[in-house]
Amino acid sequence: MRNTVTNGRAMHTDALLEVRGLKMHFAVQTGLLRRTTGHVRAVDGVTFSVARGKTLGLVGESGCGKTTAVRAIVRLYQPTGGEVLFRSSVLSGSGNGSEVLVDLAKLSAHDMNRVREEISMVFQDPIASLNPRMSVYEIVSEPLKIRGRIDGSTRDTIAELVERVGLRPEHMRRYPHEFSGGQRQRIGIARALALNPRLVVCDEPVSALDVSIQAQTLNLLQDLQDEHGFSYIFVAHDLSVVEHISDHVAVMYLGRIVEMGEVEALFARPFHPYTEALMSAVPRVGGAGKGTGRIAGGDVPDPSNPPSGCHFHPRCRYAKDICKTEIPALKDSGNGRSAACHFAQELSLAGV
Amino acid sequence: MNTGNDTLLQVNNLRVEFGLREGVVKAVDGVSFTVSRGRTLGIIGESGCGKSVAAKAIMNMVPRPGRIAGGEVLYHPRTSGPGTVVDLTKLDPDGDEIRRIRGGEIAMIFQEPMSSLTPVYTAGYHIMETLRIHRPFSIGTVGERIAGKRTVGKAQAREIAIEMLKRVGIPNPQSNVDRYPHQLSGGQRQRVMIAIALSCEPALLIADEPTTALDVSVEAQILELMRSLQETTDTAIMFITHNLGVVAQMADEIVVMYMGKEVERAETSAIMGAPRHPYTQALLNSVPILGRKSRKRLAYIKGMVPCATELPPGCVFHPRCARFMAGECDRLEPGVTEVDKGHWVRCLLYQRNEKKSNA
Repeated sequence: MRNTVTNGRAMHTDALLEVRGLKMHFAVQTGLLRRTTGHVRAVDGVTFSVARGKTLGLVGESGCGKTTAVRAIVRLYQPTGGEVLFRSSVLSGSGNGSEVLVDLAKLSAHDMNRVREEISMVFQDPIASLNPRMSVYEIVSEPLKIRGRIDGSTRDTIAELVERVGLRPEHMRRYPHEFSGGQRQRIGIARALALNPRLVVCDEPVSALDVSIQAQTLNLLQDLQDEHGFSYIFVAHDLSVVEHISDHVAVMYLGRIVEMGEVEALFARPFHPYTEALMSAVPRVGGAGKGTGRIAGGDVPDPSNPPSGCHFHPRCRYAKDICKTEIPALKDSGNGRSAACHFAQELSLAGV
Repeated sequence: MNTGNDTLLQVNNLRVEFGLREGVVKAVDGVSFTVSRGRTLGIIGESGCGKSVAAKAIMNMVPRPGRIAGGEVLYHPRTSGPGTVVDLTKLDPDGDEIRRIRGGEIAMIFQEPMSSLTPVYTAGYHIMETLRIHRPFSIGTVGERIAGKRTVGKAQAREIAIEMLKRVGIPNPQSNVDRYPHQLSGGQRQRVMIAIALSCEPALLIADEPTTALDVSVEAQILELMRSLQETTDTAIMFITHNLGVVAQMADEIVVMYMGKEVERAETSAIMGAPRHPYTQALLNSVPILGRKSRKRLAYIKGMVPCATELPPGCVFHPRCARFMAGECDRLEPGVTEVDKGHWVRCLLYQRNEKKSNA
C-alpha cells in the first residue's frame, strides 16, 4: 500500500492490482448533430491497490462512479486515462507461476482476452446477468468453452464447483428462473470462479438479496477467499457489509476517492467529513437517532456539473473558503491512510 | 406513552389470499396489531413475507386475484365514539366511504418515488389533486355524503401545496412547485410523495419501504423529516421495511412477519434487545453491524424461503429453524403466546412452557 502515490513502475510486491490516476470520462452529446458539449467525469483520477488474497471495499453512494471504475479496470469500458497495473501470470508465458506486470488499460485486445482468465466479475443483479435460455451447466462452463477447455472431465469439474457454492449437482440441468435470488447469485459466483481467477470483482453482489441470504453469500465469498486466496474488489453502498468483508476500504464521492485506508482504522476514526457523514447516516440497530447532526444535507450533485474545488464542499459541515476553490489532493496521512481533505489533519471526526 | 383509548387502527386476525392456478397463496395469514395515535409501528420481514399486501389490505386495495379472506380492520375516526368505528374490510373497495378514508384519513407513501408520481404532472399538481379530492372530508365527516365537495379552491390548494413543499424541506418551493418529477432528485421526489401524503393531515401514514430506493445520506434526511413531522402533527405511522436498522430507529413497536404470519410482536427495545422467536433472533444475527468488525462468519438462516403455494406443515419456519423440535414443530401449528407483557410470539417453544407451567 505504501507505494500507491509514488510514480514509476515500482509496485509494492504484495499488490496484485494497482490503479493509478484512472479516468473514465463520457462525452455528453446534444442537438441534432450529436456534438460533444461536455464530459461527465464519472471517474476522475482514482488511485488504489489491491493486495494479494485481500479484499478492497469500494464504497460510495449511487452515481459516485464506483461501478464505472471497476468496469474500466476490467476494460468493459476503455479508460480515458490512467494506468491499471496487474501482475499477470498467463502473460508471463512460462507457466511456472512467474508474473509479469502489465497495464490493462493499454493491453491489446488479444492479450486482454487472455488476462480475463485471471480476472472475473460477479454482477449485482443475478436475474439480469444470467442468460435465461442457458442451463446452469452451460452458464458455469461457458468460460471454459470460450477457452476451448471442454474435455471429458469438465462435467465433474463443474459439478464440484456448483456443489462448492452450495447448489446441488442435479441443479446443473435447470434454468435460472427455477432458482431463488440467492441461488442465482451463487450461479453467478460459480461462473466467476470457473477459470480459477486471481482477482474477482464483485459489483454489489448482495444488494439485491434478503438479509438472511445476504449473510449466506458473504460467508461463501469469504470461505472461497480463504480456500483459494482470491483478491476481491468489493463494490457496495452498504457500509456495514463493506466493513464486514473488507481489509482495506476506499470511499468514493463524485468520481474521486476521498479517503482510503485499513478498515478498522478508517471506521474507528475517519479523516474525511464525507466518510463521517456516510457513517452517521447508517441507521443502526440499538443506536436510535444517534449523531444525526452529522448527516450531510442536500443531494449528491449532478456529476456532469460538479461543484468547484472539493466536490463535497456544498454538503460539508466543516467547509471553509479554500474548499470552494482548491481541489484537495489525496494525501498520505501515515499508517497506510490517505484522505482528500484540506483539513484532514485538523478535524477530529467521529467514527462508529 | 399512549394507551388503549388512543387506538387508531385495530387489525384483528387479518387474512389475505391469492387464488392462483398453482393453488391458494395465503399472503397474509392471521396478522393482528394495533396502531395508536402519534406512534410508529414497524413491520419487518424479508421480501415476499406479505408486509406490503397487509398494508394494501388496510387500505382495502388488494390487487386481483387477491381478496381479503377474513379478519377485520377497525378504524377509529378522530371523533371517536360508539358507532363510529368502521371496519375497512367490509366497505366496498370502490365505494365513496373508503375513498374518503384513503388519502384523507389514511395516506400512503410508496417505495419507488419515480414510478408513483405521474411524469406528465408537476409536483404541485400532485399535491393539489390530493387536496381537492380529499381535503373537504376531514374531521367527522365520514358517512356524510355530500360534505361540501371542492371546498378547497385552486388558488388555495396551490398555496397549501407550496406550504407543504416548504415543510418537507424542498428548496425554493415557489419555483419547485411547477417542476416535473424528472427534474427532481430521488430524495426530492420522495419528499414530494411525503408532502402529498401529509397534505390532508392524515391520522395514519402508511410508509411502504419509503427509503429503500434512496442513498444512505438521503435516507437519513427523509427519516429525520418523518420523525419531526410526526412530532408536530401527531400522525401515526405504519413503517414497512426490511431494513432492521431503519425500523429500530423509527418504530415504537415492531411486528415481525414471515411467510404471511406474524411471528413476533413487541416494543422495539424488546425485539431488538431480547428477541424470542428463533426467526427474529436469526434475522438480527445475520446482519453485519457497523462498528463491530470481525472477520468471523455471519450467522445465517439455513435454506431459503419456502414456496408460497407449498408451505411446510406445522410451523412454517421449522425447516430453517435452529431450535426445531422434531415431532412437534413439523406437526403442530403454533399459536400466539404472550411471553412478557405486550410481547407476543408465535412459537411452540413458548407455548410448551406455558402449558407446563399451567399444568
